[in-house]
Amino acid sequence: MLNNAIAVECSQIEKNFGSGGDAARVLRGINLTVPTGEMTFLVGPSGCGKTTLLSVIAGLLNPTAGELAVLGVPLHTLKPSRAVEFRRQNLGFVFQQFNLLPSLTAAENAAVPLLAAHWPRKKAVEKARELLDGLGLAERANAYPNQLSGGQQQRVAFARALIHEPRLIVCDEPTSALDQNTGHHVMELLRAIAVRPNRAVLVVTHDNRIFDFADRIAHMNDGLITDIETN
Amino acid sequence: MHFVAWQMLTGDRAKYLGLIFAIAFSTFLMSHQVSIFCGLMSRTASQIDDVRDASIWVMDAKTLYLDEVKALTDQDLYRIRGISGVEWAVPLFKGASRAKGPDGHFRAVILMGHDDSTLTGIPRRIVHGDITRLREPESIAIDQVGYEFFFPGQPYQLNRSLDLNDRTVRIVAIVDSNAPFVNLPVVYTRYTQALNFVGRERNQMSFVLAKAIPGLPEGELTGRIADRTGLKALTSSQFGWETIWYYMEHTGIPINFGITVIIALIVGTVVAGQTFYLFTIENLKQFGALKAIGVSDLRIVGMILMQALIVGAIGYGLGISMTAIFFETTQSNLDLRGFRLLPIVMQGTAATVFLIVFLASAFSVRRVIVLEPAVVFRG
Repeated sequence: MLNNAIAVECSQIEKNFGSGGDAARVLRGINLTVPTGEMTFLVGPSGCGKTTLLSVIAGLLNPTAGELAVLGVPLHTLKPSRAVEFRRQNLGFVFQQFNLLPSLTAAENAAVPLLAAHWPRKKAVEKARELLDGLGLAERANAYPNQLSGGQQQRVAFARALIHEPRLIVCDEPTSALDQNTGHHVMELLRAIAVRPNRAVLVVTHDNRIFDFADRIAHMNDGLITDIETN
Repeated sequence: MHFVAWQMLTGDRAKYLGLIFAIAFSTFLMSHQVSIFCGLMSRTASQIDDVRDASIWVMDAKTLYLDEVKALTDQDLYRIRGISGVEWAVPLFKGASRAKGPDGHFRAVILMGHDDSTLTGIPRRIVHGDITRLREPESIAIDQVGYEFFFPGQPYQLNRSLDLNDRTVRIVAIVDSNAPFVNLPVVYTRYTQALNFVGRERNQMSFVLAKAIPGLPEGELTGRIADRTGLKALTSSQFGWETIWYYMEHTGIPINFGITVIIALIVGTVVAGQTFYLFTIENLKQFGALKAIGVSDLRIVGMILMQALIVGAIGYGLGISMTAIFFETTQSNLDLRGFRLLPIVMQGTAATVFLIVFLASAFSVRRVIVLEPAVVFRG
């Protein structure tokens, strides 16, 4: 039984792409613990397997071998429909390219997880507006993504990741599409709004300018965790 | 998520309109061409449809269709009248003649000769005049197309003269008849008078029109007539379809229209399918994000199908409206009479558009289903 304060526990996680002798071994036995109430960074050079590990933890890829528990649930053993439901209820996503729907307004984009959970549209958008208000985007709630700056789009993405109050937030390179000042600002914001005692935030990045925001940094190289440091 | 699907669909106006117009054009082409085809085919049997008061047609045993007949003898008429179950039987002449107008314009006409005493089989939609005046000597009824040809732009007026095979005849009625296949004017007169107009031959009776006594099934009577006389006896409906099938099998009309309809189907499917597929591919990352966030495959399939059904329904509505408007605006054109949008064509086109939409969305659905949501983490 996993400890409640542990959001993610990886034990000897492996992930291969392809099969037989041509298989690419991207994860080669990952052992990692992500506690709640903290912001954990997964860092390392390009191609070291960060994003693959994030995808496995988020239940978007199944590990080839090893044990994985997310919020106490062996996510990789769930039936696909249960895994989808689990993600919808418990995970929030922030993507590198934001992946906002261009035909939805900021408020509607932020409301998508609630709409996916069958909330009435009016109620969902209303809650999204409140959240955007807290993120300083009250006046941009009706703007479409192409009318927003990169930093504003990232804040909308934060709102979308947080609106359903998930217990694990996974962020993939949240500052790579932003300039240094904006990146710094959105990380401050993320830390302020996302880190909660019962919630874990896992950030994949290779942007060393934002390492100061991490409580814990897991260094990866060549498919392995090579070092874990705490700030 | 229906709202999200709707917004995704209409967000890209150019593609949205492109999809709708592809389906609308395809719908228009299919429904229009099929309607014209049905109209043309029904024209081949129009003179059978015009005969409302007799339900059985008797003809030479080798007759293939309405427009090519071998004359019966007067004896045949009497034999038919003698068969039990025949309430009455009357002769019908169908032939061709040449009519000349007062200004010298002439034209081949279809000449119909109806039983002198009963005038059985004359179209009952009288536009002007009195059909009973056909009992007067040298009198004819003419259809609207014929009147318009010989007296273009002039109001309907009775007692005007035409030359029919060098005999002067008077118009005593103008009738609204179904358009014949070749759209020639149709002249109606008494049977004996028609024979005089064309000049006597040994046998000139094209058909015998008969009616079964009340309670006797028409099919049974046609069998009896055929058995007793060796002639061919068909109900109006059977003869109509036999004539239509003759034209279907012996002319290039169905092939030409069929090709157009198939092209419309292929173009509609390919254009709508390709546009819809591209639309989905361009939104693949968004669909991936939705899958990652926790939207199930089933709901995403539902979103795509909803998008496809919306463009299908709007496109169909526009296309079928275009067809309806075409036939509505051409309704007053006498040369195009008989062409209309039939309910069955609307239903058939709707089913075909549904097929187009299904095919168009099937490939898109497949791409999204096999999409790994992890794609959203690949920059």
